[in-house]
Amino acid sequence: MIELEPVIGLEIHVQLATRTKMFCGCEPVFGEDPNTRTCPVCLGLPGALPVINERAVDFGLRLGLALGCELADRSIFHRKNYFYADLPKGYQISQFDEPLCSGGFLDGVRIHRVHLEEDAAKLVHSSASGRIQGADSSVVDFNRGGTPLAEIVTEPDIGSAAQAREWLSLLRTTVKSLGISDVSMEEGSLRCDANISLRPVGETTLGTKTELKNMNSFRFVEKGIEAEIERQRELIQSGGTVVQETLHFDPRSGSLTALRSKEEAHDYRYFPEPDLLPVAVGPEMIKAAQDSLPELPAARASRYEDDFGLTAELAQRLAFNGDLGDLFEATAAIRGAGSDAKLVATWVNGEVSSRVEEGSDQTVEPEALAELLGLLEDDKITTAAARGILDTVIEQGGSPAALVESQGLEKVGGGDELSAAVDAAIASDPEAAAKVAAGEQKALGPLVGLVMKATQGRADGGEVRALIISKLAGS
Amino acid sequence: MSTDITKLSVTETVAAVAAGDISKANLHATWLDRARLDDLNALSWVADRVKLGGEDGPLGGVPLGVKDLFCTEGVPSQSGSKILEGYLPPYTATVVEALTEAGAPLIAKTHQDEFAMGSSNENCAFGPVLNPWDRGRVPGGSSGGSAAAVAAGLVPWALGTDTGGSIRQPAALCGVVGLKPTYGSVSRYGMIAFASSLDQAGPITRTVADAGLLYSQMTGKDPRDATSVEHPDSVEPVVPMDLTGVRLGVPEELTGEGVEPGVREAFEATLDLARSLGATVAPCPLPHAPHALSAYYLIAPAECSSNLARLDGVRFGLRVDPDEGLDGMYGATRAAGFGREVRRRIMLGTYALSSGYYDAYYGRAQRVRTLISQDFDTAFEDFDAIVTPTSPSVAFELGSKTADPLSMYLSDFCTVPMSLAGIPAISIPNGLSDGLPVGFQIAGPAFSENRILGIAAALEDGLKFDGSPAWIA
Repeated sequence: MIELEPVIGLEIHVQLATRTKMFCGCEPVFGEDPNTRTCPVCLGLPGALPVINERAVDFGLRLGLALGCELADRSIFHRKNYFYADLPKGYQISQFDEPLCSGGFLDGVRIHRVHLEEDAAKLVHSSASGRIQGADSSVVDFNRGGTPLAEIVTEPDIGSAAQAREWLSLLRTTVKSLGISDVSMEEGSLRCDANISLRPVGETTLGTKTELKNMNSFRFVEKGIEAEIERQRELIQSGGTVVQETLHFDPRSGSLTALRSKEEAHDYRYFPEPDLLPVAVGPEMIKAAQDSLPELPAARASRYEDDFGLTAELAQRLAFNGDLGDLFEATAAIRGAGSDAKLVATWVNGEVSSRVEEGSDQTVEPEALAELLGLLEDDKITTAAARGILDTVIEQGGSPAALVESQGLEKVGGGDELSAAVDAAIASDPEAAAKVAAGEQKALGPLVGLVMKATQGRADGGEVRALIISKLAGS
Repeated sequence: MSTDITKLSVTETVAAVAAGDISKANLHATWLDRARLDDLNALSWVADRVKLGGEDGPLGGVPLGVKDLFCTEGVPSQSGSKILEGYLPPYTATVVEALTEAGAPLIAKTHQDEFAMGSSNENCAFGPVLNPWDRGRVPGGSSGGSAAAVAAGLVPWALGTDTGGSIRQPAALCGVVGLKPTYGSVSRYGMIAFASSLDQAGPITRTVADAGLLYSQMTGKDPRDATSVEHPDSVEPVVPMDLTGVRLGVPEELTGEGVEPGVREAFEATLDLARSLGATVAPCPLPHAPHALSAYYLIAPAECSSNLARLDGVRFGLRVDPDEGLDGMYGATRAAGFGREVRRRIMLGTYALSSGYYDAYYGRAQRVRTLISQDFDTAFEDFDAIVTPTSPSVAFELGSKTADPLSMYLSDFCTVPMSLAGIPAISIPNGLSDGLPVGFQIAGPAFSENRILGIAAALEDGLKFDGSPAWIA
């Protein structure tokens, strides 16, 4: 059987957090009552005309610089013509052959282009699923319509679903650090479509691609791409051919449904928007964008290596996921110079990141994490107890020290309590005790388990082990 | 009443108001009475009473007729189309607002060809406007309602819009003055768009001085129209220019074949008048001008096919819903709402922009447009103004060209090149041919409105055109 490799390119839409919309003075706010943030321009009323939001251009330039793009000194808006209920003018003002930024590179993936456009309005369908299929009626909320978007298009340089997810996370971090977007997949200020094709390993031409639309979380991006790769793989290996089409991934069922095929593809009849003049990007605009650039993730990673002695891999893991990097830095700062930054880094990268969905508000505050790691480092609690406390703090908040106090989670060690627990364990499983006494180390497990259960994980495993052996050796 | 104030020019009226000889109440009542005499289907709406506003403005409170396609808050703005029948915009066009503020309040809206597509006003969904000189004939278009209303004395002056000749040609056919300003000098915000890169608002008046007066209050950079610019000159009250040494160019390409004998005769007579006033007249080549009409009929339909997409039955205007889904509603609404000519141009434009045809049609037309602009640039190195007949013919009979769109399109043969180049041009009445008015067009470089108004005023003095036969008694 031929071995196939996936080839993935991403198209990412980022809502820019400008005060006003792309072409009018309305202030878009997420979650506002429907159709309260509108005007003749973003409603596409007869006679209304667009005016370019300079701030959005500035944000686009910052993004281009952060992604290493070439900035066009002259850039043009085009009309992309098609009919849909969420598109009030019957065309979207977008960019076509003269985008604001082109070329570029981010962590092994080439950027094809970055351009500016306006967002469509939001359709709300009356069906149970909220999708258009099976809906009796749909209503339109124009609040979102006209919000500035930057569309980032990558080259097909991504080789797996996991890489797509990681790279998207880095992109999110980069955009977030620029302060130009909320980049929330949940609220739709960061949206990702993927172009996916398969080809025999070693081949250089691209296979027929499908486009996977609107996966609204990092997890779904990975799952959706994974599912589409599998679908194509099975199709090709059973002798079928991939048809160029647009697919929707349903995360609940894991199924993929076709939205439209190539035959139905639109002819968008792009032409230069006659209501706008070309954007002339002058040196002072570029300088302003340059001056506003913050520390980018790659620079941050090398700083972590230098300042905190982290391994390159760990430093990148934290720096490329801004939330983790922020938590790490804040926690390390609270703990102070003398503390073990590697412990913080390991915990943030391992325990915290496995518990907190990227971009979610349900997380741990640096103060709490610093306190928790302090307790751990001072040997006041066991690692197992620390994990349990972290769960509680993420779910309910609160102070780890107070939790240890109120729930009696302090480490059991040395004293009578542990000794009694060991005695009880030996007494309750004499068979295992006999084996241990006979030098059979494997038999230690059940006994340690009993002690841990009795102490609710507050005992140190090594200490328990040693205590059992010493007690049985003496018997 | 000692004088019939409707017989004064606006410029004279403004002076009389300033001198206290005419009260604004009297002015408004008199003109409301005039507007109610409309038997030409020129007016689409007449105010119950004229609202004041900008009372001490330089325009003296003289009320204004406004073409249907300007959005006026709470007042029907239909652009001559069934698809916008009864549409009441929630806002007012920048230029209408500015003129109200300057003392020219809205008194009436005027009929037009649907979405400004037409040269005869027969494409108006609410019936054709009749020419006050001969009610069996068209008033020209698309600003035919404005031109007929001014000619017939229903309104003292009016706003029109010009995309390929839509101010100048009806002005010529109705025997009044029409100025198409430099593209960008007047805000387009609130004008229901036909072809964005060509549309421009301008005055239609009985005298050249009135055109200058109205235009002087229309210009300016509008923050809501990105293509608008500040006029580099202030527009001065019009004074007839001394034509001594003024160089007028006559492009053979626009004055030869196709021009009716009566129109040619009037044109030659006006050139003689110009010479007698000291001007020099010489041939002036515009080699690419003959291709202007072809380029125009690709560019304008292409832009309109996109501009009219918002008329989809979703948010405003007509909705016809046969319950066949969204596409069914779009199709039924637009089929019922748009007239033949509009549908024809949407199809032409859609085709011209289609992938695979774009370069051959739209792209090529834009290159022709550039060449035409360069022709004018070259011409204005040697000439102060370029003159042509405004329309190759006088007003034609109703229905005589409706079956033949190409012959209708030729009505704009002399006016379209200036539109493509974005330069200002004015049409003044320069005589009659078989009892019907003829128009004379004067075009100048971008922002030369003061110059072409001055030349027009000098000729106007010499021509002594009498528009009274069109006056509704």
